[in-house]
Amino acid sequence: MSAATDAKDLSSDTTGVTADPPLGPGRMAALRGRIFGHAGFMIGAGVLLLIVLLALFAPLLAPHDPYAQNLMMRMKPPVFLGGTWEHPLGTDLLGRDFLSRLLYGARVSLLIGIVAALISGVIGTTMGVLAGYFDGRVDAVVTFLINCRLAMPVVLVALAIVAVFGGSLTVVVTVLGLLLWDRFAVVMRASTRQIRSREYVTAARAIGCSVPRIVLTEIMPNLFNNLIVVATLEMAHAILLEAALSFLGLGVQPPTPSWGLMVSEGKQMLLFNPWMITIPGIALFALVLAINLLGDGLRDVTAPENRN
Amino acid sequence: MSAADAVPLSETPPVPEDEALLRLKEVSKSYSIRRGLFGERKTLTAVKSVDLALARGEVLGLVGESGCGKSTLAKILLGLEAPTSGDVLVGGQALAGQDRTKLARRIQPIFQDPYSSLNPRKTVFDIVSLPLRIHGIGDGPSRQKRVTEILDIVGLSKRVTRAFPNQLSGGQRQRVAIARALVMKPEIVVCDEPTSALDVSVQSQILNLLSELRREFGLTYLFISHDLAVVQHLATRVAVMYLGRIVEEAGVDELFETPRHPYTRALLDSVLTPDASLGVPDTELGAAFPNPIDPPSGCAFHPRCPKRFAPCDHEFPPTVPTKNGGFVECHLYRERAGASQ
Repeated sequence: MSAATDAKDLSSDTTGVTADPPLGPGRMAALRGRIFGHAGFMIGAGVLLLIVLLALFAPLLAPHDPYAQNLMMRMKPPVFLGGTWEHPLGTDLLGRDFLSRLLYGARVSLLIGIVAALISGVIGTTMGVLAGYFDGRVDAVVTFLINCRLAMPVVLVALAIVAVFGGSLTVVVTVLGLLLWDRFAVVMRASTRQIRSREYVTAARAIGCSVPRIVLTEIMPNLFNNLIVVATLEMAHAILLEAALSFLGLGVQPPTPSWGLMVSEGKQMLLFNPWMITIPGIALFALVLAINLLGDGLRDVTAPENRN
Repeated sequence: MSAADAVPLSETPPVPEDEALLRLKEVSKSYSIRRGLFGERKTLTAVKSVDLALARGEVLGLVGESGCGKSTLAKILLGLEAPTSGDVLVGGQALAGQDRTKLARRIQPIFQDPYSSLNPRKTVFDIVSLPLRIHGIGDGPSRQKRVTEILDIVGLSKRVTRAFPNQLSGGQRQRVAIARALVMKPEIVVCDEPTSALDVSVQSQILNLLSELRREFGLTYLFISHDLAVVQHLATRVAVMYLGRIVEEAGVDELFETPRHPYTRALLDSVLTPDASLGVPDTELGAAFPNPIDPPSGCAFHPRCPKRFAPCDHEFPPTVPTKNGGFVECHLYRERAGASQ
């Protein structure tokens, strides 16, 4: 029996009547313990929380208007490279405050990441769960759609669509949302197939539960861990794709502050002022890393049974 | 239910036509299987024209190797799979036309693996009260009461109601699964290897619980197992299954004392004894289980049978009734069948 490995199992079967297993509070305490004991989760959550707060309070924190140009103050270096505290991270080609643009840019990145992951999550999860549960024709159709989607180069398709409809925040978010559902569908399909064959699903059928009820209350809650991991990965993916599109001039249009756009604007000064690329680059790296760490951590923390 | 009192714990006689609580009539189930995209379609017959009857209060043991069709038969009984042909009658009514939910109130399953049969995201209360909620039985407080009551009956304290399955041991989980099966007071319980995933010490507790519950509530069990000792302990009648057919059926004592079919004998010989010096018993069964997609001709058991003779490899064996109402399906008993008629 697993009793030996399961420290929480204090009850004994040999008595025939059970002793008290530690209940509700014990479970919460164990969860709290796992959360605080997981370094990756804590770092990811910390960095992400910081970025979210900075983005939320950007109007209060930004020292300058991110759109205000001052051609007399072009390309001032940041403080640590000999600049002044007037512009802590320096100014860009048009003399706009770099720190202010970075703070407002975080809003764009987070918004795109969350909304795109949400749209693709709804599409992909619906398709994956239906395919996994119903098998047969439904599965064949969904698998075909997934294969079609996987055969499309995302960046190329996004470029073409943005070129046709013009670049704007709404267009970029929608396009990314409609393109990034493949991993949701693949993972949800595989997990649903696996869970569908569990005996508790058979038991629910034998009890007389309807199919929607089985899918919503027996299967979906068990998919949540995988869903969170894929959602964070896709959020990071969408943020990077937005940066790439903006870098190519087909994403968010100037003068909206976006980290990808800032890298793009800085590239002409690469040899003289490399910090103009490094600073938004580091911001992107930190955000994507934090999201990925959080996703991995959430999986470990919420599903200890998967690790036994 | 007073019917339980009348049922002796020893052997039960064969079931007369009108008394069967559950009856299978020539039930078959086959699956169409295709290997790869362009592979040839083949038919796997999991259950072949099986006749079976269960009287109220009896325990029918169904034994056989893995892959012989025991679990498919269980799924058909539970209404989870429709038979390809044949009828399942519950209380004299054909199952095919009945409402799924009505059937669910009469027949409930207990599964093999208590680690897979309880949803890890739900509390014990949610799991045990689910049948009540689905069938709209009672309201909040009365469901609470019923769940506490049934947990008490299966030997769990009401304190476990808020626990999640991963906080319980294997034996406790199986008790929760039993509570879920019994909470709606069904007549028939299909136990699909209910103890094979448990420790030996816990096994006997669960078996004793099942037999107490049977006496107390007049339950009828179909008890599926590959463990003969377990079947001997609990069953009143035993059916032996091989490659989708029931090859022998007899009262439990009769079957264990005078096994007729060579396969039944081999199964009994294969039971390991605690005496290590005796080694692993030789069943003379030889080769592995045959491929059910391409079953042997004649008697399906003939390639492994130590007693095979002339007709076995091309002629389907006759069903020979035995004196106490059982039967055996084997060429060895053909002459005797002819003589007695």
